[in-house]
Amino acid sequence: MLSPLLVLTASFAYLGLLFGVAWWADRRARANRSVIGNAWVYTLSMAVYCTAWTYFGSVGRAASSGVWFLPIYLGPTLAMVLAWMVLRKMIRIARIWRITSIADFVASRYGKSTLLAGLVTLITVVGIVPYIALQLKAIASGYAVLTTPLGQPLPGRTVWWSDGTLYVALALAGFTIAFGTRHLDTTERHEGMVAAIAFESVVKLLAFIAVGVFVTWGLFGGPTDLFARVAAVPELQALLRLSQPGQAFPYAQWFALTVLSMLSVIFLPRQFQVMVVENVDERHLKRAAWAFPAYLLAINVFVLPIAFGGLLYFAGNAVNADTFVLSLPLAEGQQLLALVAFIGGLSAATGMVIVEAIAVSTMVCNDLVMPWLLRTEAFRGRRAGGDGQPAAGDLTGWLLGIRRVAIVAILLLGYLYFHLAGEAYALVSIGLISFAAVAQFAPAMLGGMYWKGGTREGAVTGLLAGSAVWAYTLMLPSIAKSGWWKTDFVTDGPFGIAWLKPEQLFGLSTLDGLTHSLFWSLFANVGLYVAVSLWRRPSAAETSQALLFVDVFHRADAQGARHEGPVFWRGHAKIGDLLGLVGRFLGTKRAQRLFEDYARRTGQAGARQIVPDARFVQFVETQLAGAIGTASARVMVASAVEEEVLDIDDVMRIVDEASQLRAYSRELEEKSASLQRASAELRAANEKLKSLDRLKDDFMSSVTHELRTPLTSIRALSELMVEDPEMPQQERQRFLGIVVAETERLSRLVNQVLDLAKIESGSAQWHDSDVDMKALLTHAAHTVSEMLRERGAQLVLSIPDRAVPTIRADADRLMQVVMNLLGNAAKFVPAEGGRVELRLRTDDAGLSVEVQDNGPGVPPEQRALIFEKFRQGDHANDRPTGTGLGLHISRQIVEHFGGQMELRPDGGQGACFAFTLPWQRHGRPAGAAGRTTYAAAGGRP
Amino acid sequence: MFDDLGAQRLVALFLAGAFFFNFPLIALWDRDIAVFGVPLFPAGLFIVWGAVIALAAWVLERSHD
Repeated sequence: MLSPLLVLTASFAYLGLLFGVAWWADRRARANRSVIGNAWVYTLSMAVYCTAWTYFGSVGRAASSGVWFLPIYLGPTLAMVLAWMVLRKMIRIARIWRITSIADFVASRYGKSTLLAGLVTLITVVGIVPYIALQLKAIASGYAVLTTPLGQPLPGRTVWWSDGTLYVALALAGFTIAFGTRHLDTTERHEGMVAAIAFESVVKLLAFIAVGVFVTWGLFGGPTDLFARVAAVPELQALLRLSQPGQAFPYAQWFALTVLSMLSVIFLPRQFQVMVVENVDERHLKRAAWAFPAYLLAINVFVLPIAFGGLLYFAGNAVNADTFVLSLPLAEGQQLLALVAFIGGLSAATGMVIVEAIAVSTMVCNDLVMPWLLRTEAFRGRRAGGDGQPAAGDLTGWLLGIRRVAIVAILLLGYLYFHLAGEAYALVSIGLISFAAVAQFAPAMLGGMYWKGGTREGAVTGLLAGSAVWAYTLMLPSIAKSGWWKTDFVTDGPFGIAWLKPEQLFGLSTLDGLTHSLFWSLFANVGLYVAVSLWRRPSAAETSQALLFVDVFHRADAQGARHEGPVFWRGHAKIGDLLGLVGRFLGTKRAQRLFEDYARRTGQAGARQIVPDARFVQFVETQLAGAIGTASARVMVASAVEEEVLDIDDVMRIVDEASQLRAYSRELEEKSASLQRASAELRAANEKLKSLDRLKDDFMSSVTHELRTPLTSIRALSELMVEDPEMPQQERQRFLGIVVAETERLSRLVNQVLDLAKIESGSAQWHDSDVDMKALLTHAAHTVSEMLRERGAQLVLSIPDRAVPTIRADADRLMQVVMNLLGNAAKFVPAEGGRVELRLRTDDAGLSVEVQDNGPGVPPEQRALIFEKFRQGDHANDRPTGTGLGLHISRQIVEHFGGQMELRPDGGQGACFAFTLPWQRHGRPAGAAGRTTYAAAGGRP
Repeated sequence: MFDDLGAQRLVALFLAGAFFFNFPLIALWDRDIAVFGVPLFPAGLFIVWGAVIALAAWVLERSHD
């Protein structure tokens, strides 16, 4: 055993640590470095699902019935698989409309009904109190196990004032108040609490696994040894099987438990609180939807080993299996491990109590007390002054006060239940009663999210019937069986009417108590919800809310752009009245800040200058809803403004207008996008035209410049000859020779310009035939060799010996290219020892022709420009006699046949021009097509 | 954010899980066989459970956002 002082000190130290974590997280949040904006923390906070019931109760259940603890975790796994669709929708709805509890959700969906909000709250309180009692019981009995010497009976019940559990309950209440109600937040977010809960989830998982490892490998020789020993005991071996001896496997109960836990993991108030209200970012759900089930798996792995380890270890001794987690380490003298295990259980229990109490207290305050308070004259009378002076009565203090009282009340109720009935039941059974209670919210919630036809009356009757059947078939029998009520109404039926027996209603005797209750309650609930809803058309208020809920994802269109939804409100409001109203519930400063933010967002001058239109009234109501609940917010806003009652036609018209507006704005967006596209295209086209124009101007000036040079010399020489008839015949002959040469140059130039114009305008004609390149080059070499010999240069022809495949091209044009390259080479070879080499090479892709000379080469700065029009290598002192168009035309021709022309790196060995031609022309070469369009062939110059 | 295929996969996974966790498929595991010294029945259940989680993780984490 451990000393009570040690256990108490450790427990309070742990609670203090928790508080420290929460305080730290709150401080980080204020510094904008939130720790809970993280999918893992979100996942861990969800694990508040695992309470003391999981921690202690699963082992107890496994010890008595094998795998039956599992459906409680398989159901949530299945539910989380669908979380991305279902839960995300819930989160989205709750965030947009500042919904802070399940009661608020249901009330808001069915026309902001105060009645529904109250009803859901009542069911929750009644259903949850046993669950809170269960946590208190777990802490109390854990403490008793730790502090009682082994083998001695646990202490019996004491009078209330000396009962430690009462003080545990009060301590937890104080703790919850400190966590959850320090200040008022319109989103009901509690960063510190979430961080503390996530921390607790880590602690309980590690503690449980530590015990599991100790039992499996410390007490036994690993799982193999453990299960081998189990196999040796027939009673234990039977527990491992699905079907228990002597009876058929109750599949219905298995299925019912799965469905039940599937619903509770979403509809338990604490789950709704951490999953929906405290959610920071919808995308975290993507991680949590699988990581949370993985957590459940991890915490369940060691349940069977601990349960069977305990059964084997304590064989024959009466040790409650619910406490195996503590008693196994204790019995082995592992006091520290036992203390750690207790802290783990404390984590599980306190986490649940804190979150549940916060969630339920919010419900009680917003959905039960506030509507009632706001009805009383004392509160209504304190309305804001007419011209917008902030109201005298600030109710924020009241709101917090009500919540604090509610927290204490809930925990005391839990204690009361524990004190009166708790001893009689195992942990698991208590938990299942609560599960079945919250499952009653499923039809109204899920129906409300996916079906527009549900009405307020439908939801109310469904809930009433479902919870009444639940109370009659599950709650009452459990109270009766706990011993302070006669059980004859359970065994014989009320007043002896057998077909009203609570656990065999209408003679349905084939199901166990839980399945029986779940079936009848959900049957009545769903049946009446649908039947009554179908009785009449939904009213305007119901339809408008149904549209906002069911179509919540339609607010964003396919492009992800957000659109404002329709606003179902019409009337007149004064900005001062609204400011006063919000000020009363949120505090004057907060209200002022909220209004100023709104003004800034909508581009209005200031809080006082806001136009109080429908959207603004909706904004105010949503803000209020966060603080006092949807239904109360509706009542308060209605009391502060003059509003018209909308009928169903108005609602439909507003929806039409909103969707028309949306369609119109989408159309506008599309039009403006296409206009932008068109103008960009126009701009590009204009740029292109301008540059073409510039090119043409350049070309014209180059051509005229080129024409002027020979013309000038022709004219000068002719004038000389005209003016001097005495000129010697020899001199005259020389001049005439120059005139003839210049004229030839002129006509060559004109021919080339015409040729280029044809090619570039696309009117050139091409006569394609199968060209044998070897023959073509040989012919070319033969033609120029004479000219080269005259210049004292030598031509070397190097072509392969084997036959070269023909290519499809215009032979005359190719000849023109080769002659141009050879001509250029001839111009630049040195006067002594000139050498020109003409090479033909082939590879898989095509052939390449190279013309190499041993002249001065092309200077690096001109290499890039050499193929442009009128660019000539001007390094030579004497200007070459070319026109500056030859290379440009040659390149155009080569590109027409799909090839490329380039100036190979020369390495100081003269210029090497080369062009390649592919064997196969694949369509138009992209590079050439952009520049020019070719079509027809003209005469060669 | 989430392609439609992902949602369809999740619904299919939900249905598959619902079938595997319930009668009659669950009864297929219920045999007196031990795998590596661990009885098949609870072990098989945990394995199917783990597989459902792994598949859900695969579907959810590979959808880009």
